[in-house]
Amino acid sequence: MRLQIDVAKTQGHFTLQAAAAVEGQRTGIFGQSGCGKSTLVHLISGLLQPDRGEIAIDGLTLFSSEKKISLPPEQRRIAIVFQQAMLFPHLGVKANLLYGYKRCSKANRRIDPQAIIDVLQLEPLLSRGVNRLSGGEKQRVALGRSVLSNPRLLLMDEPLSALDDTLRFQIIPYLKSVSAEFGIPYLFISHSVLEMQLMTDRILVMKEGKIIEETSPDQLARNRMATSQTGYLNLLHLEEPSVENGLYSYPWGSGRLLVSDGQEGKTSLFELSSRDIILFKQHPKAISARNLLACTVTELFRSDGRLGVVLSSCGKKLIAEIVRSAAEELDITEGSTIFAAIKASSFRRLD
Amino acid sequence: MLSLTAEDIQAILLSLKVALTATLLALPLGFATAWLMVFRSFRGKVLLEVLVNLPLTLPPVVIGYFLLLLLGKNGWAGRFLDAWGIHFIFTWKAAVIASATVGFPLLVRSVRLGMESIDRQLIETSRSLGARWFDTLITVVLPLSIRGILAGSSLMFARSLGEFGATIIVAGNIPGITQTIPLAIYDYASSPSSTMMALSLCLVAVVISVLVLFVHEVLSRNIEKQEAA
Repeated sequence: MRLQIDVAKTQGHFTLQAAAAVEGQRTGIFGQSGCGKSTLVHLISGLLQPDRGEIAIDGLTLFSSEKKISLPPEQRRIAIVFQQAMLFPHLGVKANLLYGYKRCSKANRRIDPQAIIDVLQLEPLLSRGVNRLSGGEKQRVALGRSVLSNPRLLLMDEPLSALDDTLRFQIIPYLKSVSAEFGIPYLFISHSVLEMQLMTDRILVMKEGKIIEETSPDQLARNRMATSQTGYLNLLHLEEPSVENGLYSYPWGSGRLLVSDGQEGKTSLFELSSRDIILFKQHPKAISARNLLACTVTELFRSDGRLGVVLSSCGKKLIAEIVRSAAEELDITEGSTIFAAIKASSFRRLD
Repeated sequence: MLSLTAEDIQAILLSLKVALTATLLALPLGFATAWLMVFRSFRGKVLLEVLVNLPLTLPPVVIGYFLLLLLGKNGWAGRFLDAWGIHFIFTWKAAVIASATVGFPLLVRSVRLGMESIDRQLIETSRSLGARWFDTLITVVLPLSIRGILAGSSLMFARSLGEFGATIIVAGNIPGITQTIPLAIYDYASSPSSTMMALSLCLVAVVISVLVLFVHEVLSRNIEKQEAA
């Protein structure tokens, strides 16, 4: 999907002036609340008219003040998944699911309702009223409904923000698989760096109504390492653990990692904060942390007064965070060897 | 103890007919007006708001008099209608127009309250799923404001049953033709010998009002149950 946008819109005291051209199936729009993300969603979907400018997707002009083109929302085929599921309360689950499908012309119907029902595991919900669904179930139905309208683009406007942490990471695989399986590109809007890392390939960063940069999820996380409450989050997909002394031992590259909160027989996603990795210049003979890794420093980067240390160990990559004075004492340079200690309890399981 | 003459029964039937017709006529217009006021922004919105609510504050007699000026033989609309051979004044249709005018603000207010409680994102969702605005209006806005429509219709129906001031001016008080329950009671009340007759009609009015409220209550409970399912 190729999205070209160059629009201006003033609403009260707020002015949005956004210009960008992005290509890719999984694009993120990142920014704090009030930066104009939702306004941009409304402009792209046609629910709001720009004052001037142009919006085009894959060469099709959706809006152009110059050419006097403005497709109404129902002709744009851009479905939105909002923060709240927004299921129609007067319709059942099935009628909700098929709302967009029924309004999609036969020529554009590529996706079969049964396929979506299977992928999103909606079968047991079909006969229920929408008010009897949990938050996560509602969001799954809403996602299915959007996809069944056979859109050329899915706009996900903070779709996970209303869900608690556990549910959030249960929904993410659904979001990803639906888009991948049915080949629907999406714009994922969020203020969470972690969600950006999990959901997107390219990111447009917004601030005060402007798109200020285009970046990658990793670069975004690095830039925000020092200012974020959680530091840089290393994401680790670990599988097939064995149990040793009450801890889970996961294979990781050529080595192993000991984790307290593992799950037997399942692939799990863990986050590890850059601040939970302690670096030693020499091998400490005995420490309480259960993971001690011999690493090579492959890269150093600055982030607001902190130093990010990119470590290579067991053929894998981790990012640790230290202050400048620590870097001097440890005498860290690119290529130097170092030991990293990580407590087994520092790995936080996300799903 | 209930003693109703043939004329009384005619008055009761006429009252019901006038109230029902006025409500049915006003419904689509009231729905459209409420929709305009809730979902559209346009110049002169305040003016429309004042105009719609005016019958609520004006004495009904004043409304009746204005309607008489408008629809009378030499009135602005009356002359136009006359050319088509349509006459309203002193017919039951004039009573309908009087009731519709007086009850309209009540209807619009209730429908509006219903519409205002609809989450805008539901409407946006519907549009982004491929529904044209009229499709959205019928499949989302209408069903979700049904409670307001129901409340508004009941209120308007009840208000029409009680209409007196505007009706007596545009429709007169002709037994069997334009005499509704309130007008009949008025006639009885002016002669001391007819106390029982007046009371009987009052009782009928009470029964009808209670019935209207009862039906409204039952219907809204049903809707509530459906929504919770």
